[in-house]
Amino acid sequence: MIRIEAVTKKFGDTEILKTISLKVLKGEIFTLIGPSGSGKTTLLRLINLLDTPTTGKIVFDGTDTSDNEKVRLSVRRRMGMVFQKPAVLNTTVAENVAFGLKFRGVEKSQMESRVHSALDLVGLPDFSKRKAITLSGGEMQRVSIARAMVTEPDVLLLDEPTANLDPVSSEIIENLILHINKELHTTIILSTHDMIQGQRLADRIGVIMDGMIVQVGTTNDIFYQPAGKDIARFVGIDTILKGVVKTNDGGHAEIEIGSALFEAITSIRPGQRVALYIRPEEVTLMLPESGSKKTSARNQLSGTITRMVQLGPFIRVTVDCGTLLIALITRRSCNELGLAVGAVVTAGVKATAIHVIPDSG
Amino acid sequence: MNEIVEGFSQAGNLIVTLNPDLLQIAALSLYVSLCATILAAGITIPLGGFIHFREFRGKQALITLIQTLYSIPTVIVGLLVYFLLSRSGPLGFLGLLYSPEGMILGEAVLIIPIILGLVITALLGISRNIRDTIVSLGATEFQVILEIIREARFAILAGVILGFGRAISEVGVAMMIGGNIRGETRVLTTAIMLGTGMGEFSLAFALGIILLAISMMVVILMKFISRRYEP
Repeated sequence: MIRIEAVTKKFGDTEILKTISLKVLKGEIFTLIGPSGSGKTTLLRLINLLDTPTTGKIVFDGTDTSDNEKVRLSVRRRMGMVFQKPAVLNTTVAENVAFGLKFRGVEKSQMESRVHSALDLVGLPDFSKRKAITLSGGEMQRVSIARAMVTEPDVLLLDEPTANLDPVSSEIIENLILHINKELHTTIILSTHDMIQGQRLADRIGVIMDGMIVQVGTTNDIFYQPAGKDIARFVGIDTILKGVVKTNDGGHAEIEIGSALFEAITSIRPGQRVALYIRPEEVTLMLPESGSKKTSARNQLSGTITRMVQLGPFIRVTVDCGTLLIALITRRSCNELGLAVGAVVTAGVKATAIHVIPDSG
Repeated sequence: MNEIVEGFSQAGNLIVTLNPDLLQIAALSLYVSLCATILAAGITIPLGGFIHFREFRGKQALITLIQTLYSIPTVIVGLLVYFLLSRSGPLGFLGLLYSPEGMILGEAVLIIPIILGLVITALLGISRNIRDTIVSLGATEFQVILEIIREARFAILAGVILGFGRAISEVGVAMMIGGNIRGETRVLTTAIMLGTGMGEFSLAFALGIILLAISMMVVILMKFISRRYEP
């Protein structure tokens, strides 16, 4: 649907985007994930043809958009964009939604019914006469989505659509995005710095860091097989251990980390330096006295709890087993086990839950 | 103090009795300043849009110059337009000196910088977000400019009202271009000057009160019109 070919963008001397190449497929939800300031907004603005790339080109459904302004306008009219900060014009909700139709010269008689169904789509059917500037942030964002969708675009671009919203409004918007994609088959490109949101919505994810696409893949690829340390940290892998492969028996490897020996699945040969990525939710904790209990977790390490941090219904527990392991457990199981800082526990990790990659440095 | 009190009662009297001289003067004041305001707004709103939306060298210098001209003395404008319109001047062939139309031209020249400057400020007040949104919704360049002007309508209206206020209240241009000819080019401000000069203070006050009353009606009317375009 959209092909981005070696696009760069400079503002003055600052290079915001460094050679980005990317393909977005028809009908998918493609999510751009990256920390603030990584270039997500800049890239979306380029895709929406609001700005022009410094070098490289963007091809939309076979049309090269580096052509004249007329071509750019006609391509832009096949897209809808929702900005991070919802901007409404100082008029009624209905007129706000109608702008795209008005610019395209749609007849008045048609306009009303299309505005109506767009407001229905976002669940604000009775809002048409309201003054747009009096709406809440979540309502404004839904009006922005209705305004973008009223022209039935092929592609919907959303720049951090829930960044400034409360959890309830965010959920409404997320469900709306899924609905638009599944029912109307609109291709969606969405940016977010919220990994969990990316996981919930995306068919494919592109991780953007420091102006570069560092990994593109399915949700599973990104979250369980991140292609580097920075991505791993960004997608919430708390434990990164470095070591050397000792033995490898048909993919089942033993890896020496400090004094401990970890079992993991990898094809990397003995003698190679590797990094192990372990997601905190894959680490289980047991009290030592129950140690006789059989478990499938191949790696069992005894250690002392050094830190406990509450994260909503979860607790993030740091265990010092010679190396630091981080586990994410529910508050309930923490209470049942009676865990506290200083307690001795056994941390377990399944060999299959460890992602091993060659260590570059 | 007495003159002020008497001025109020005389103003009431003049209005109630529909004094024909007064009606003519007040009507001419209104005509000249309204026409000048409409002329100036018709020039400055598109011109302001052009200056705001185009990037060119010396743009900031131009805006500074426009803002400097806010404080141009009315008599200097009067002098300039006088030379333009005088028989030997470049526009002398129009025969507009000492005519209401000449006054309209002079007042328009006087208030163009104010309205122009405030139009540019009003457009600057529309956030980048709004502009991006309009472009993103598929507007042509012309549609973008039109919508942003519409979005800035209240701030632009404030500039237009200020321009009208300056036009109806000033005396320099009205006197130099109009000449205060009775029944021809006499307006409220020039009549006030004349009344003061002749010692008829309460009449002068009465005319001043009437001027403000007219001004109030125009402001209310403009607000009413703009509100019709509100959601």
